[in-house]
Amino acid sequence: MAEATAHGQEMHAGQIAAVPTDTHQEHPIKLYLVVWVWLFILSAASYMVDYFHVQGALRWSLILIFMMLKAGLIVAVFMHMAWERLALVYAILVPPIAVLVFVWIMAVESEYTLWTRLTFFGPSP
Amino acid sequence: MAETTATDHRQLRPGLSGVAADWASDQRAFKNVSWGKSMMWIFLLSDTFIFGCFLLSYMTARMSTRVPWPNPSEVFALHIGGQNVPLILIAIMTFVLISSSGTMAMAVNFGYRRDRRKTAILMLLTAALGATFVGMQAFEWTKLITEGVRPWGNPWGAAQFGSSFFMITGFHGTHVTFGVIFLIIIARKVWRGDYDTGARGFFTSRRGNYESVEIMGLYWHFVDLVWVFIFAFFYLW
Repeated sequence: MAEATAHGQEMHAGQIAAVPTDTHQEHPIKLYLVVWVWLFILSAASYMVDYFHVQGALRWSLILIFMMLKAGLIVAVFMHMAWERLALVYAILVPPIAVLVFVWIMAVESEYTLWTRLTFFGPSP
Repeated sequence: MAETTATDHRQLRPGLSGVAADWASDQRAFKNVSWGKSMMWIFLLSDTFIFGCFLLSYMTARMSTRVPWPNPSEVFALHIGGQNVPLILIAIMTFVLISSSGTMAMAVNFGYRRDRRKTAILMLLTAALGATFVGMQAFEWTKLITEGVRPWGNPWGAAQFGSSFFMITGFHGTHVTFGVIFLIIIARKVWRGDYDTGARGFFTSRRGNYESVEIMGLYWHFVDLVWVFIFAFFYLW
């Protein structure tokens, strides 16, 4: 905590820092408002996908695209990830890939479960 | 303490070589991030795994059942003005939570400008929106329970629908509720000027600063983030 103040004192005139010296994340209000509006638009768009009964591959891809865009905006701007050092960015964003691997494993597993159920119990009651 | 761990930022390298240098260096890997902020990020990462596994188990249940899955578009429809509007309550809840994320982002910004009044008001507004969200979720739960949805079955299809629904939205609602409580606590500290006068915290006996508002914000945005995934996978899919 005391570190935040220490940073300011370390810098002397004439020295060029390779990275921002301040841990404070201060950005113009306008940036937040723009992102906010975009989150509204993207949410409305994903609701429209359901409202107009878009079906099939188009539905899944639209849902996923809007979801990833919203998640990206929240993490990058609202949570300030876009301005953090890469050491932190990678430490937080890389491990969730393990979840995706898990998704793949369980998708394979559930297809097998469904196959055994259909084979031994017959189709839907 | 501060002297031994403070980093000389002139020596920090950018890019991938910076990642290697930071992680290979002495004492700390996250050079310009305070321990409070990095701990919140690591907690959020662990929470990502928790919600990831919930959504994963929901996927497994839905993919492996031979009984048709109830159509969320119809299950969560509300009867308004003589017709069924699909998912309308969920859409409103989504907008409420996004609005609260926006007010929280503004609160963090005003916090660093040391505008106590605006920061506290925006945080309380965020808490109010969060409480509204939880209220609407309670309404939704009540509606579904009266219609006969239970963790072990429901009138429309696969029994796992109820268990997935109650577990996922219940855990998310709990996160929102705790967020609201902590928002009120931090807003009170901001309002009193604890971060300006250097008042010591009740539990920790440490002096806080306005970074607490940002750390609170990280948690709140994460709750919003989780909802983005729940909305996409549970309600829209």
